[in-house]
Amino acid sequence: MTTTTTPSGVRRDGPGSAPPPRRRRFRLPDRIRRGGLPYLFLLPALLLELLVHIGPMLVGILMSFKELTQFYIRDWGRAPWVGLDNFRLTVDVNAPVGAALLRSFAVTCAFTVLAVGLSWLLGAAAAILTQDSFRGRGWLRALFLTPYALPAYASVIVWAFMFQHDNGLVNHVVHDQLGLTGQRPFWLIGDNSFVALVTVSVWRTWPFAFLILTAGLQNIPRDLYEASAIDGAGVWRQIRAITLPSLAPINQVLVLVLFLWTFNDFNVPYVLFGKSAPEAGDLIAVHIYQSSFVTWNFGTGSAMSVLLLLFLLLVTAVYLPVTAKWRGRDA
Amino acid sequence: MRIPHLSAPLRATGAATAAVLALGLLAACGGGDDDAGGGGKTITYWASNQGADLSVDRKVLAPEIAKFEQQTGIKVKWEVVPWTDLLKRILGAATSGQGPDVLNIGNTWSASLQATGALQEWDDATFAKIGGRERFLPSALGSTGAQGKPPAAVPLYSLAYGLYYNKKRFADAGIKKPPATWSELVEVSRKLTTGGKYGLAVEGANNAENAHHAFVFTKQHGGDFFDAAGKPTLDSPQAVAGVKQYVDFLASQKIAAPGNAEYVQNETIRDVATGKAAMMVWQAAGRALQERGMKPDEYGVAPVPVQSGAPGSGANVNSIVAGINIAVFKNTRNLDGALKFVQFMTGDAEQKALNTAYGSMPPVKAVSEDPSFGTPEQAVLRKTLAESAAPMPQVPNESQFEELVGTAMKKLFADAAAGRQVTEETVRQRLTEAQQQMPK
Repeated sequence: MTTTTTPSGVRRDGPGSAPPPRRRRFRLPDRIRRGGLPYLFLLPALLLELLVHIGPMLVGILMSFKELTQFYIRDWGRAPWVGLDNFRLTVDVNAPVGAALLRSFAVTCAFTVLAVGLSWLLGAAAAILTQDSFRGRGWLRALFLTPYALPAYASVIVWAFMFQHDNGLVNHVVHDQLGLTGQRPFWLIGDNSFVALVTVSVWRTWPFAFLILTAGLQNIPRDLYEASAIDGAGVWRQIRAITLPSLAPINQVLVLVLFLWTFNDFNVPYVLFGKSAPEAGDLIAVHIYQSSFVTWNFGTGSAMSVLLLLFLLLVTAVYLPVTAKWRGRDA
Repeated sequence: MRIPHLSAPLRATGAATAAVLALGLLAACGGGDDDAGGGGKTITYWASNQGADLSVDRKVLAPEIAKFEQQTGIKVKWEVVPWTDLLKRILGAATSGQGPDVLNIGNTWSASLQATGALQEWDDATFAKIGGRERFLPSALGSTGAQGKPPAAVPLYSLAYGLYYNKKRFADAGIKKPPATWSELVEVSRKLTTGGKYGLAVEGANNAENAHHAFVFTKQHGGDFFDAAGKPTLDSPQAVAGVKQYVDFLASQKIAAPGNAEYVQNETIRDVATGKAAMMVWQAAGRALQERGMKPDEYGVAPVPVQSGAPGSGANVNSIVAGINIAVFKNTRNLDGALKFVQFMTGDAEQKALNTAYGSMPPVKAVSEDPSFGTPEQAVLRKTLAESAAPMPQVPNESQFEELVGTAMKKLFADAAAGRQVTEETVRQRLTEAQQQMPK
């Protein structure tokens, strides 16, 4: 007899339940056993998720409402609540802090559009060109993936050396050998730093686009190409009518991931420019870091992070339904 | 599989768990109940990078720390933290309460870190345990925290700026003696700036170096970056004049290479060692020049120039009181062991050994008079420290000032290198921007 009583007092028989236990022991209420068991299994993961992701996020949001300066970092509890003051400071574009954040935001947007666009274009071109098998294809694919496999610091610091004004390889080629510029240009300070940043970022991220798109291309049935070839479609027509539409679901995710990574990129600008990035290369992640650590006001830094989080959430929330709709229409 | 919504009790549990976790995190961050120092027989020590690289420090410190362990039976867990990380690590330790027992700090950070309350206060009773305040030179004690408060740290190594020059470059250009005023420096630099070589090298993208020079030049123009009440005055006319004079070495005088605007990894020292630049203003650079291949008789050291007259106090200050302090973390669970370690490191024998190895000056009176610290370089630095060095502002916002003014100057150097005009107006603009970002 395996009857248990649920908290509501309703008697139920467990279908297909085990033979009756000899001794009374703790049993989960049926309602949880049936409907809730999966959640019970999920609980450890959920707890870890809370601990690793949600907890720090909540603390960060709490911090943004506090005046967390050097006087209080030892005991956060004592830091005074300042309401929306940190946010007011960061969005006031007439004051230097807000103006700098806005400029950094604009630079980051331009940088992201360019870097993601170029990475995708390069990745797609390379993936399509290596779609058909030829001698040395494996080697070429492996070579293309190297920048992605190198540790960020090691590869970016090499770029930093190459971009040096006096002894850098880039100036040696551009100025000394090709004579393209009248004077040696600066790459790590001033306006050209934007070009340097986009170059390094594209160099680092395009292999990822290449990798994902190569995987995506494997799933397109060869018959489609053969059939279209019989109908007289050229390469361009095939790419436009078969390859790209078939890749649409992959592109949807790929572009979003590239966007989020690039927008939040910290390693490349930090290793390239150090603590104080030039204005043209002042990406928002480094800017926030600098704003927190330069003035030791972690409340303001957190407020900026929260705004960034909201912006990225908004982009994602708009992007996914919109692109899904397009795909639905195309299908 | 479609996941149905969480049932109400589970949702409540989830919310409660989140709340408990968040509280737990906050409590952990509140600090106090950690095991930072381990038991009574162990201490942790963060050393700063004083040698050419971290491995030099490890080689210098290992035998000395072994001596301490042998003498006291206290085990020291120690590491050398690079400068790029040290302040971040200290802030992290202050925030979490999980830190070392003893640590080195840049002496200019003393007041800023003092304000966090993370460092042990050195009142007379605490000083007495390491032999008393009187053992240290007053100039070094001037950079250990805000005035009128018990110091937050104890001087460990003292450094000062000197004018280092490449003797061969001087001889080739027929220059007999190093310049004593800035106008003389510009004059000889003109002679030295030919054929891709320059008179002077500056570390234009290094915030700390920039801020130190800004401080000295502003002093020489009769100004200060903080008023008597401790309020920042970063864009005073004197500061504008001082900063402009320094940036102009690259901008209008053109006696420093435009490429200097991006120097941040001690390229300046390399340039003087190779002769690409003839002079630099640097802290105790003898060791570093030797490590880059110069013999001791190939470089000379002179006092840093002033506007006119001889180095002294007031407007004739020609260096900051640079150096390293050693501090005890307030959360230590082994205060006794930590103090013993500080006593050991500031003791006569260790002061002599460590300062000799690092090429710095001992801040301990008895040792500073030791004849072994009498090389020509050390004679210049010692005289500077004693007579014409001023401590950086000992206010809680000092490190913010260094970063903001240093960054403003980095931008001005970048403008100059790109061929844009650096005028009084553009300098004032950059400094006003820095002023507006200082915490209220």
